[in-house]
Amino acid sequence: MIELHQVHRDFLVGDQTVHALNDINLTITAGEYLSIMGPSGSGKSTLLNLIGLLDRPSSGQYLLDGEDVTTLGDVQQAHTRNRRIGFVFQAFHLVPRLTAAENVELPLILAATPPQERRERVAAALEALNLSDRARHKPEQLSGGQRQRIAIARATITEPAVLLADEPTGNLDHQSGGDVIETLERLNRRAITLIVVTHDAELGARASRRILMRDGRIESDKRTDRA
Amino acid sequence: MNGSDISRFAWVALRGYPTRTLLMLIAMAIGVAAVIVLTSLGEGARRYVTDEFSSLGTNLLIVFPGRSETAGINPTTMMGETPRDLTLDDALALTRSYSVRRIAPLNVGAADISWRNRQREVTVIGTTREMLAIRHWELAQGDFLPATDPDLATPVCVIGGRIRSELFGARRALGEWLRIGDRRFRVIGVMASEGRSIGVDVQETVMIPVASAQQLFNTPSLFRILVEAKSREAIQPVKRFIIDTLQARHQGEKDVTVVTQDAVLATFDRIFSALTYAVGGIAAISLMVAGILIMNVMLVAVSQRTAEIGLLKALGAAPRQIIVLIIAEAFLLSSLGALLGLLLGQIASAGIRHAFPVLPAQAPLWAAVTAVLVALITGVLFSLLPARRAARLDPVLALSRR
Repeated sequence: MIELHQVHRDFLVGDQTVHALNDINLTITAGEYLSIMGPSGSGKSTLLNLIGLLDRPSSGQYLLDGEDVTTLGDVQQAHTRNRRIGFVFQAFHLVPRLTAAENVELPLILAATPPQERRERVAAALEALNLSDRARHKPEQLSGGQRQRIAIARATITEPAVLLADEPTGNLDHQSGGDVIETLERLNRRAITLIVVTHDAELGARASRRILMRDGRIESDKRTDRA
Repeated sequence: MNGSDISRFAWVALRGYPTRTLLMLIAMAIGVAAVIVLTSLGEGARRYVTDEFSSLGTNLLIVFPGRSETAGINPTTMMGETPRDLTLDDALALTRSYSVRRIAPLNVGAADISWRNRQREVTVIGTTREMLAIRHWELAQGDFLPATDPDLATPVCVIGGRIRSELFGARRALGEWLRIGDRRFRVIGVMASEGRSIGVDVQETVMIPVASAQQLFNTPSLFRILVEAKSREAIQPVKRFIIDTLQARHQGEKDVTVVTQDAVLATFDRIFSALTYAVGGIAAISLMVAGILIMNVMLVAVSQRTAEIGLLKALGAAPRQIIVLIIAEAFLLSSLGALLGLLLGQIASAGIRHAFPVLPAQAPLWAAVTAVLVALITGVLFSLLPARRAARLDPVLALSRR
């Protein structure tokens, strides 16, 4: 469902061109569980942003469900992000003045979902993550693990096909990091395509397909078939 | 995103930064209140002056001796320096037009008056009975000057209320003999207390027949002639008639100036309207300043909330939606500020009216409407730049900044 063909992404740093992504060819099928690992500056975050349509390739082609999304306008890209892609960030990025439920509701508000339906879906999503009793809390009143799970609920509320997680456990202790990973994997088992970018070898090893990046190139691409 | 979602989001954003919001509200409110208060003062002054002039009488024309070569009033006309004086006969000649309802000759001077051992200086007005009707004056006691031949120097006088109380105290004034200058006059009437108009405080004047005043001040001339036209339409023909008649009587010399009350009124009206617009405009500058403040605040808000805007983009907010959210916030800010300012301005105007009852300080509707509109428009206009900056934020950079 995700196809990258000869994708390059160059940045101009000072008067030097940095090839953050160098001729990336990658095909990801629906429902895959993929980890992208590599040292800092290897281009893994850039790749994730590109897949998430937060960034555009300098050259190359990106097909999402067979549709060339690199040529889409800002509005259509925003629409695609809203409906088909979910983001989970290392820093959670919850809006501090909104309650947990309101944070989860945000994508639906942007998608102009009717209020009644919004409330029902938010309640269901919080229920599924065992966070119903935290609905009225502000992010500052929640633990790190709870915040990240709220962020996951927000990322999946529009039922996207792809969930992109950038160091989802980077700011969490071992215990709550484990909770978050379990939550993500449970979603993957329900057929969501999960792409995790991480430094953490242990976390990366859990994925059925592991990509190692170095200097903007894919160095290795290993799969283990798990039943 | 529908309207209520947008306004709720903006409201929550404003509530999230209470100090910032409060300061902005105050800045906007002061701007709007300044426009309201200043225009209400200007409008109050305008209405005060026009009311005073209206109280001079209706359909009134005022004849001055002397004529200025250029249009308008200059010091010479005010002093009435002219080779030929206005006389009582000139005044009586003006009654011959059908369009003239009544005329009153006017002579003014200062003189000492005394009764028994009390003495003071007052303004003495020499006129005829017609004056009462022209100026809409009323009497508290007795009667006004008798309707006799204007040439007759009857020794009677009508005194203002304050002079009555100062000279006579609790005693009866009617029928008493006063000394005015070197002549004696019998008090036949006392003016009622209301009757105050520009330049003349009826309370402080003594009125005597015009012929008596001419003798008292030893002059054959008149200070003014007041002419009341039959209708508003008759004012211009009457003006023509006065100039022609007096020219004929003065050997073909146009040596009088005729001012219509309407013209004076219109002039003052224009002056004070211009003044109101001017102070309103000056106050509107403070609104612009408030608008620029809003721009600053929204720029700060955008950079403060860079990560949040990046997040909204990641969640699928189109650039237009981001712009709408930022503008909605500024609009809410400026409309709340404008509302607060409207309230403050009206309270301040009411306070002024309470403190100075003679000044009908009430902001005209156009000022209130303009102030609020300018507040809203500047609020929205000045938030365009921050909003567009927010919409153009690169989400990757926005999200990576912590």
